[in-house]
Amino acid sequence: MRRTGGVTAVAASLALLATGCLGSKSSDNNANRNADAKDVTLSIAANAAPGGKNAQEADWVNNWVIPRFTAAEKAKGVTAHVTFQPSGVGDEDYKSKLALDLRSQSGADVISLDGIWVGEFADAGYIKPLEEVAGARVNDWDGWPQIPSSVQQLMSYNGKRYGIPAGTDGRVLFFNKRLFAQAGLPVSWQPHSWADIIAAGQKLKALPGVTPIQLNAGTAMGEATSMQGVLPLLVGTGRQIYSDGRWQGNSAAVRDVLDFYRQVYGSGLGDKTLQQEAKGRDKSFALFAKNKIGILLESDYFWRGVVEPKQGINPMPDRDQNVGYALIPAKAPGTGINGQDYVSMSGGGGRVVNPNSKYPQQAWDLLTFMNSAEAVKAFLNGNAKITQRTDVNGEVLKNDPMLTFVATRVLPFTAFRPALAAYPQVSQALQQATLDVVTGKSPADAAAAYGTAVAKAVGGAGNVSSG
Amino acid sequence: MASQPPRAGPPPVPPGTVPPEAVPPGAGAGTEAEAAPDVAGLGRLRAVAFLTPALVLIAVFLLFPAVWTLYIGSTNYQLTGAAARSPKVVWLANYREALTDPLFHNALWLTILFVFGSAVLGQNALGFTLAWGLRRSVGWVRRLVEALVLLAWVLPGSVVAFLWIALLDREEGTLNALLHTPGTAWLVTHPMACIVVFNIWRGTAFSMLLYGAALAGVPPSHLETARLAGASGWATLRDVVFPHIRGHMLTNTLLITLWTFNDFTPYLLTAGGPDHRSETLPVYVYNTAISISGGRMGYGAAVSVLVLLVNLVLALFYLRLLRSRGGAVSGGVR
Repeated sequence: MRRTGGVTAVAASLALLATGCLGSKSSDNNANRNADAKDVTLSIAANAAPGGKNAQEADWVNNWVIPRFTAAEKAKGVTAHVTFQPSGVGDEDYKSKLALDLRSQSGADVISLDGIWVGEFADAGYIKPLEEVAGARVNDWDGWPQIPSSVQQLMSYNGKRYGIPAGTDGRVLFFNKRLFAQAGLPVSWQPHSWADIIAAGQKLKALPGVTPIQLNAGTAMGEATSMQGVLPLLVGTGRQIYSDGRWQGNSAAVRDVLDFYRQVYGSGLGDKTLQQEAKGRDKSFALFAKNKIGILLESDYFWRGVVEPKQGINPMPDRDQNVGYALIPAKAPGTGINGQDYVSMSGGGGRVVNPNSKYPQQAWDLLTFMNSAEAVKAFLNGNAKITQRTDVNGEVLKNDPMLTFVATRVLPFTAFRPALAAYPQVSQALQQATLDVVTGKSPADAAAAYGTAVAKAVGGAGNVSSG
Repeated sequence: MASQPPRAGPPPVPPGTVPPEAVPPGAGAGTEAEAAPDVAGLGRLRAVAFLTPALVLIAVFLLFPAVWTLYIGSTNYQLTGAAARSPKVVWLANYREALTDPLFHNALWLTILFVFGSAVLGQNALGFTLAWGLRRSVGWVRRLVEALVLLAWVLPGSVVAFLWIALLDREEGTLNALLHTPGTAWLVTHPMACIVVFNIWRGTAFSMLLYGAALAGVPPSHLETARLAGASGWATLRDVVFPHIRGHMLTNTLLITLWTFNDFTPYLLTAGGPDHRSETLPVYVYNTAISISGGRMGYGAAVSVLVLLVNLVLALFYLRLLRSRGGAVSGGVR
């Protein structure tokens, strides 16, 4: 009896202890802590790994940033020990890892994250405005004037800068010119409506062993389904996923998008199974590189990170000759947002300073070091990418026609996702709706289920537009 | 089994099962254990001192997480977003949501299928068959088979998952090459069957070892008698072997049921997909609490509590069965 009483007492006191322990503590760390340290330990985290995912970034950090930064600090009389924490996983897994790291007040000092996570991470108190983390001097950094304000928005939330963006991207339709030639399609293809895409798909279907269209769908692909599937189509119907304080619910626009999915996956133009496989997106890249996919909607990352002849994940030695790219058409000419004929979506990531960093001043120095013109050029290493810095872009983009195409033709009319904490759940509902269509539900039923899910995710039907 | 003394487990010892020799003369059989005189001669203080480390460990590693989970389960706590900074107590809303969520029902049903198919039937039957079949085989055959089966058990889960993904791959999988079924994505078309077969393969070693040991305890004279009486193989099993190892069967089934119920390895094969078709409860908890649906920790914790309750019910059910066999059980594995 007495023992039971004791156990109950222990349990009760533990419960009391537990109460109020949840949630992040408001640690008011002084931005100048350890500013004069002579022996500094810093770490950099990114979803990149040497010889694996985003190897170019990993190699840059290991072989350029770390030695140069250490040398620069040494010149100032500071011994810096900088390490790189690699990851090579799916974006969702990387995000979970970061959230858990930051939640437990640990994690690397300089962290790469996707711009779309900034809102939720800031709301959770995991990241803080740069001014709070490293003091007012962050506003004096000479790099800011080089970064266009639209790009700065990628790493901002509620009007405050949370990090330095690392460039942006744009989405286009990639197509395999070799397959197009075999199917009797023009190698300088540019569709002007969704119907044109379907028509090209029908011709490609005649080729044996070729999947005509890869349009990301389903929950296994995660955010890739939203960014390289639903959202570019949605803006082609003239609607944004979020506008005027309301999210798209079971609307005509969403039903149109889902009906396009039905046209692709209901008539054998797309590979239903691939959308459901755990590594479906990686496989779609491999298949494209093996000339087995005709049309693929992807960002310029595909061009410079996947089929890139030397360093890509699935290199295509004949990329420059055989991979074509075209603007994504609106549903019909003029039906896109702002009455556009062509549409796109853009995103991008950046780097933040961990608010729990032991050396916030030095971490900020490291962050600006990584974003100097010299560092950004070293990162490119002769390759091209739409970087955050206009001075660098001016030099490097002229070497790559595809990225020039994105920078000059796509970025002027592209759209961005809303940086709101509810977005990931809306996005997941969109992914589920596409999966429903791929697995045989009617677009109307899938849209209805989506409408219910969205209303639940964003706090009631009042925040949803079904018109 | 009658040759072994009945073994009472560690506390709590239910009244009535106190071994007779532990009851001092004069004390009634139904008396509370505390009323017994200090047989060990330790004194209360020293007895408490001996117990304290164990109790502290239990409190820190078992009790505290359980209480903590209960607490989180009553909040709307999330991994990211505003609810991560200042979670609100929502009492039973998470439980209500779980009990009405079709995906939770789906996960519960799939878990039952998974446990029943892969553990209760699969591992049990295959483990026993192997143990029975190997009983009289030549030493090296026996050792070889045992080593292979054990290998499936001792390899790390991530390695094994990688091997199975390679085996079942759609384009270059070994299974498709063997069956001449090119282009079949087994993990997409038959996700549940895949993880059931996978878990049978992975977990049979334990049942095989346990039954191997149990069968060694069946008196050869009984088997010999059955043989002389002309009993068929099945009759021998039914009337001689099974009654002898019934306790082992229950213990084994209890353990593999609980393990399989909480097994997370299927996630490495299918991640619960496609479209939740292999989302067992542990995977469901991971997917809702940590992974894709925005890190709903509060909801995930509530589901974890429900999983814990199901586990408790299962454990109680088996323990009841064991106890109804009286003191004649010699499971001995805890």
